[in-house]
Amino acid sequence: MARPELQPTIGELLDRQGVSRRSFVKYCTAMASLLALPPHAARAMAEQLRAARRPSVIYLSFQECTGCLESLTRSFAPTIENLIFNVVSLDYDDTLMAAAGSQAEEAREQAMRANYGKYLLVVDGAVPTGDGGVYHCAAGRTGLDILTDCAKGAAAIVCVGTCASFGGLPFADPNPTGARAISTLVPGKPVVNVSGCPPIPEVIAGTLLQYVTSGRVPDLDEHLRPTVFFGNSIHDRCYRRPFYDQGKFAKTFDDEGARNGWCLYELGCKGPTTYNACATIKWNNAVSFPIQSGHPCLGCAEPDFWDRGSFYSPIPSPRWGKAGEVSPAQAAAIAAGAAVAGAAIGVGSVLLGRRRIERHQQEPKSQSGKGNEE
Amino acid sequence: MDLVDFARGPALKVAFVIFFIGVVWRLVNVLLLRHKRNLSEPRRSVGASVWGGLKAMGSRSWPHPEFIKRTITGEALGYSYHIGLFIVILLFAPHIIFFGSFIGMRWPALPNGLVTIFAVITVTLFVAVLFRRLAHPVLRRLSNFDDFFSWFVVALLLVTGLMATAHVGAPYPTILGLHILSFDLLLIWYPFGKLMHAFYIFPTRAVDGYLLTRKGAPS
Repeated sequence: MARPELQPTIGELLDRQGVSRRSFVKYCTAMASLLALPPHAARAMAEQLRAARRPSVIYLSFQECTGCLESLTRSFAPTIENLIFNVVSLDYDDTLMAAAGSQAEEAREQAMRANYGKYLLVVDGAVPTGDGGVYHCAAGRTGLDILTDCAKGAAAIVCVGTCASFGGLPFADPNPTGARAISTLVPGKPVVNVSGCPPIPEVIAGTLLQYVTSGRVPDLDEHLRPTVFFGNSIHDRCYRRPFYDQGKFAKTFDDEGARNGWCLYELGCKGPTTYNACATIKWNNAVSFPIQSGHPCLGCAEPDFWDRGSFYSPIPSPRWGKAGEVSPAQAAAIAAGAAVAGAAIGVGSVLLGRRRIERHQQEPKSQSGKGNEE
Repeated sequence: MDLVDFARGPALKVAFVIFFIGVVWRLVNVLLLRHKRNLSEPRRSVGASVWGGLKAMGSRSWPHPEFIKRTITGEALGYSYHIGLFIVILLFAPHIIFFGSFIGMRWPALPNGLVTIFAVITVTLFVAVLFRRLAHPVLRRLSNFDDFFSWFVVALLLVTGLMATAHVGAPYPTILGLHILSFDLLLIWYPFGKLMHAFYIFPTRAVDGYLLTRKGAPS
């Protein structure tokens, strides 16, 4: 494994492949646009990217479904091959790499040694910590052990997907494996969460590219997500927003409102409370996104999205206990119980009050009686 | 559990239970008040007295012509913000979903922009009501903690609702959580303060009207 200073720069690599300067600047302009950077940033990005050496990337997978990696392989800007061959040096990914078993582990250790303190650790999936972490083992080691080992020498950690970012599905109640988000297991390390189930491929690739270009983690929100992609709610950027403002809602999935493309808020859309770029970058090369396909947003980029009741329960619906949305029968039962308790307290306080009045009315009589006796 | 889930989950449940216990407790207290037997001979029949009571619910809700010049400001402000509250609370789509989930039905909503305009007007009227209470020499002396806290609880609900609509102050989920929490606060305070007037106002007017009619006075 070559030391980073011996690696060719990205510009040198592109020259070798015959990529024209014009194509490269066009590519950087597209990326700058994706990252919402001002027009002049494209030139600076092109210069910095040409001079940068490809950072070593170690990609670890824990409790996950590989959906995030599947998503990344469908990135159009940059494409996955462009990303892993030209922008980063993907030195370990047990799903994508040709090597397996001890050879793969050796490649990881070599990359870690050669790039200690400089490599980027990309993590996909939550890490189980229950029962000594036995619920995820690879190469004879627990996931927790592998993560701790790899995190030591990482310059930064990028958590890909909601499982790595917030625990996701493995973290959902009752969380039998003791799954935890990566940020809770690597104290002191810069962590970037690229949440989503899965995340938008261009958001994963764009975050990596942004790191390569600037050499630092991007500006983050309170959930450690890049604000450039997670700064706006789905609702605020949704093309169906005017229907919400007009009070036009689809009531079922096949009514006139649904056919007219009205707002899916009443069908449980979590767009107002979900921050992601689905409504702007979209999916499959900006073809569509779930709401455009007629399905409410599930809120998959937010913490605990599995534990927030039914996906089809509207945001304002009351949620009482694990049962999720309150039913009219439950509300009536609670109201009736409370009313009986209130009536009992009311009757009790009235009786106490009457007794106090009666005692008060009797007092002057007994006092006057005493006076007469004297 | 984040703020929204806490506010619409356990906090709402506790507030709902306190609200029901408190309202029933106060209603039972009033219903079981001991009345002296009315020994006077009724001037009107029972039917006429009941009708008088029903009429009083409407007639006492309107300013008396003799005092209209002195009371018109308070009456106009009061009616206006009550209408505003009615529109904002019951005709805004998210509120319809919220209240509808308790009773298993929903009703048509007004456009959000229109509801927002009514909410802004209502908040403005609320501020005017507070200034009037502070500036009016008699009202000021009659006011106590209950008046100001009841005003605060409703105003907080309106302001956080507007902030949530306008996405001002904090991310939407945080403001939404605060808005629902302020509703929880209103539910808890409701039975113990002057907000309880919503339950008392019409029955008490009806009883007054009934008694006055029984005595032969016009209701």
